[in-house]
Amino acid sequence: MLEIRWHSRAGQGAVTGAKGLADVVATTGKDVQAFAFYGSAKRGAAMTAYNRVDDQPIMNHEKYMRPDYVFVIDPALVYTTDVTINDKDNTVYIITTHMSKEELVASQPRLEGKKVYTVDCIKIAQETIGRAIPNTPMLGAFMKISKMYDIEFFKENMQRILGKLPQKIIDANMLAIQRAYDEVK
Amino acid sequence: MAFDKLELRDIEVWDGNFAAAQALRQCQIDVVAAYPITPSTPIVEGYAKFLADGYVEGEFVMVESEHAAMSGCIGASAAGGRVATATSSQGFALMVETLYQASGMRLPIILNVVNRALAAPLNVNGDHSDMYLGRDSGWIQFDAYSPQEAYDLNFIAFRVAEDHDVRLPAMVHQDGFMTSHTAQGVKTLDDDTAYGFVGDFKPMNDMLDLDHPVSHGVQTEEDWHFEHKARQHRDLMLNVAPKIQAAFDAFEKLSGRKYNMVEQYSMEDADVAVVCLGTSVETAREVALEMRKEGIKAGVVGIRVLRPFPFMKIAEVLKDVKAIAALDRSSPNGAPGMLFNEIAGALFNTDTKALLSGYVYGLGGRDLTKAHLRDLYKELQANVDAGKVTTQLQQFIGVRGPKLAFL
Repeated sequence: MLEIRWHSRAGQGAVTGAKGLADVVATTGKDVQAFAFYGSAKRGAAMTAYNRVDDQPIMNHEKYMRPDYVFVIDPALVYTTDVTINDKDNTVYIITTHMSKEELVASQPRLEGKKVYTVDCIKIAQETIGRAIPNTPMLGAFMKISKMYDIEFFKENMQRILGKLPQKIIDANMLAIQRAYDEVK
Repeated sequence: MAFDKLELRDIEVWDGNFAAAQALRQCQIDVVAAYPITPSTPIVEGYAKFLADGYVEGEFVMVESEHAAMSGCIGASAAGGRVATATSSQGFALMVETLYQASGMRLPIILNVVNRALAAPLNVNGDHSDMYLGRDSGWIQFDAYSPQEAYDLNFIAFRVAEDHDVRLPAMVHQDGFMTSHTAQGVKTLDDDTAYGFVGDFKPMNDMLDLDHPVSHGVQTEEDWHFEHKARQHRDLMLNVAPKIQAAFDAFEKLSGRKYNMVEQYSMEDADVAVVCLGTSVETAREVALEMRKEGIKAGVVGIRVLRPFPFMKIAEVLKDVKAIAALDRSSPNGAPGMLFNEIAGALFNTDTKALLSGYVYGLGGRDLTKAHLRDLYKELQANVDAGKVTTQLQQFIGVRGPKLAFL
């Protein structure tokens, strides 16, 4: 079982990202779950979304999770929420920030000693898609770190999932995914 | 069929709401009258979009309340159409008066209920308060534990409800958010196969059959009211279960997916069993398997059909169990839980020596964790070892503050 927790703000596309990832994974015969905590979340409010992936049918519906991966797609959430809650010794963090890993960890001591990767999904999204929608670039970074799928296979599937959007937006998303794949470190 | 078909992949990643909306499209509903409410909104929204995009031949009626939504459904169903809608929580509560009209008038309406807590305090998350509120309304109640089941049970519900030996409305329940907003793999039926399973709508006593005029919604006082109600209850008790079983069998033949009035998991030699509804059934299945590795013979019983209540079947599947936990996700407000009472009633005149205890959990969407369920199974095993219920008969799982226990 692979478990992922997304930290996002409502409106940044974490739910869409989690569902998109689940959709790609499902095409490879694995069982998937994608869900989120909504509460009465308003646009901009901190929220979490979740993925589960397994070779077996997923029966577990508890909301509690000890994630293998934590995705932070808004840079400020590292300071305003505890992104390390319920983590494991080997939990991998992929965090959106304009800072270097060292600067980030120095600014948030909770990340000390954790496996942290950084990528500026906000900047990438602004420069490619033209809006601060950091969900698809985060998935590009995840493909690089997890080596889950070949990036071309992933992009092909994401094109299908984004199919209803205008071609220009789809192309920009592909660019964003590739850039995050190349730039995460 | 004069509408466009949709090509579906064998497995689509859908949440429970979209799965239900796709099923409504494939069943080709004539009329949906709806007043959207969280978390069920995407079901009727989905139907409306399919209609606007030319994938359904039907009509979407926007109304001013849930009371009007079900009233519109009643009118359309009495007129002779295939009718469905969806609601949750407060909307369901507002529908209650008309639910009894629909069942009393023997109208085979399908209502997707995305289970949600009832205010006050206001809460949009999933528990079973609305499902429990509907249990005396004369409707058939199916319960889905996952998006796949929310999809499948819609087809089964239409086939059963519209059968001329049944002619009763049916609810398809799913857990708010835990199913309705959780995307999972759903094995699909192609449009023709799905429609073929439910078949063309065959009206009965329809008001638009002008050659055979009928009255609907009549008044009967003490001269006939009791006979009508008794006949309705008789049909629920005797006619419905065989039709549901036949629909389950036909659906298994079609899809390979098997449903039962009472679902049993790891129950063959179980000493301790949890009986519950909704997504909790699946989580408990996983925990039961883990408990077995620790030497506790744990099993799970899921109620698939809440009404008509499978009284005899429940007694049968629980007869050799030594300790049973009845899990109710709705506040009983001054009584033992519904499942506790139903199970106690089913077992009372049997030879079983099972120890029965009740638990209230998960109100307003409060998480039921695997850790909770592990503790619960251990408590049941302690009851077995002691030969008696070692706790009070009613306990609460996952509530903060001092431990609450009664009875």
